[in-house]
Amino acid sequence: MHYSVFSLMKQALAGHRGWGPAWRDAAPKPAYDVIVVGGGGHGLATAHYLAKVHGISRVAVVEKGWIGSGNAGRNTTIIRSNYLLPGNNPFYELSMKLWEGLEQDLNYNTMVSQRGVLNLYHSDSQRDAYARRGNAMRMHGVDAELLDQEGVRKLVPFMDFDNARFPIQGGLLQRRGGTARHDAVVWGYARAASERGVDIIQNCEVTGFLRDGDRVIGVETTRGPIRANKVGMAVAGNTSKVARLAGLRLPIESHVLQAFVSEAIKPFIAGVVTFGAGHFYISQSDKGGLVFGGDIDGYNSYAQRGNLPIVEDVCEGGMALMPAIGRVRMLRSWGGIMDMSMDGSPIIDHSPMPGLYLNTGWCYGGFKATPASGYCFAHLLASDESHATARAFRLDRYATGHLIDERGVGAQPNLH
Amino acid sequence: MHIPCPFCGERDLTEFTYLGDATIRRPDPGADNAAQLFYEATYLRDNPAGPHQELWYHGAGCRSWLRVTRNTQTHEVLGAAFARDGAAP
Repeated sequence: MHYSVFSLMKQALAGHRGWGPAWRDAAPKPAYDVIVVGGGGHGLATAHYLAKVHGISRVAVVEKGWIGSGNAGRNTTIIRSNYLLPGNNPFYELSMKLWEGLEQDLNYNTMVSQRGVLNLYHSDSQRDAYARRGNAMRMHGVDAELLDQEGVRKLVPFMDFDNARFPIQGGLLQRRGGTARHDAVVWGYARAASERGVDIIQNCEVTGFLRDGDRVIGVETTRGPIRANKVGMAVAGNTSKVARLAGLRLPIESHVLQAFVSEAIKPFIAGVVTFGAGHFYISQSDKGGLVFGGDIDGYNSYAQRGNLPIVEDVCEGGMALMPAIGRVRMLRSWGGIMDMSMDGSPIIDHSPMPGLYLNTGWCYGGFKATPASGYCFAHLLASDESHATARAFRLDRYATGHLIDERGVGAQPNLH
Repeated sequence: MHIPCPFCGERDLTEFTYLGDATIRRPDPGADNAAQLFYEATYLRDNPAGPHQELWYHGAGCRSWLRVTRNTQTHEVLGAAFARDGAAP
């Protein structure tokens, strides 16, 4: 069913009894052209673009739990393309452009809200670094504005500007950045893919790969074997586990990232604000809750929950930045398992085994990348060539030294 | 999460700093395939879901490097020993 004001009126007159499920919960068929392992945002976006852009609709998305049960449902919903390095910037800008047209493309309200992303700076050297990043963004055609303190005061007047330790001197603003509704992104991609014939298969965990010599020709699952010409992996924090089934060892560590939401309050913060002197980012959901987060816990984890020191650390960052939120009560916290790569940038590439393709290494920047990740992974799966904006995301860059290290901290995943 | 430091006793997570996989060894720079071995040691990780051998530094305590065995699925600490003693605890 096409969603529109007319379908809404029709359903309103019929007492809303005619709404069907948004997508088909399919049972596995014996064979497909492409299997995408992982029913999160990236996997479902891949299936959507395979069907829509490349006309390949004999596609299965296999998911071990329910769709969107991993990091797609555990992020802080921020979208932005404020990257410095040439390997990253055009890719994330492609993602931003896809976000901007996503609701029309999917015919689904993903609540993309471009309310601005403001990164604060607190010292002269940090201002220089942000000016450089802003210039790099503008050279790639991305919007960026360097604000002084007065400019920031106009946007977010209630912060602790004269903090003795980390005074707020200004910020780098990307007005086109903002937030999107994470679950709606999952459901929207699932619905659009399903309408084009993609099978979304839930409760179907991959337990092995079907092989013909070196070549991967399908997957063994808890719901039986499924064959395919090509298998793409988009399993985020479980990448190492699934890759091990194919005998691969990858430059990935799994780490837990916590996020938090407060009780709902009246409109308070317009866009996304990030603290430059610590690691703290905050926005306000349409429901009114303050959504915020900070650093990863910093040790390998598959637990989907973190420990208290980071809870304290994140809250201290928040209090240093905007003491006004001190009396707001925290409602919930949760953890997601990040596929931390060794240089902080993703991998969208062939695996060493023919027929198996990798989409991993998103660290904690995976949500904003969802549309472009799906778009570029679909391009790779369909054409066997990397998309122009994702050519730098090679698996062999660690061996050749062509790293994309946005933070410049080296092969230490818990620092990215 | 508490780590049982063999010198200080059981101490809180905040006293420690994490380095990573303790099973990685610096390869022999004189080996014929040294470049490949250094690539593997620097970048490739087993990243197991389950017991994991890892290096922690007790910076706010005795300043020892520890080799800790911890379950990455539950965060249960299974044992800790001085890293200088080599063998797994």
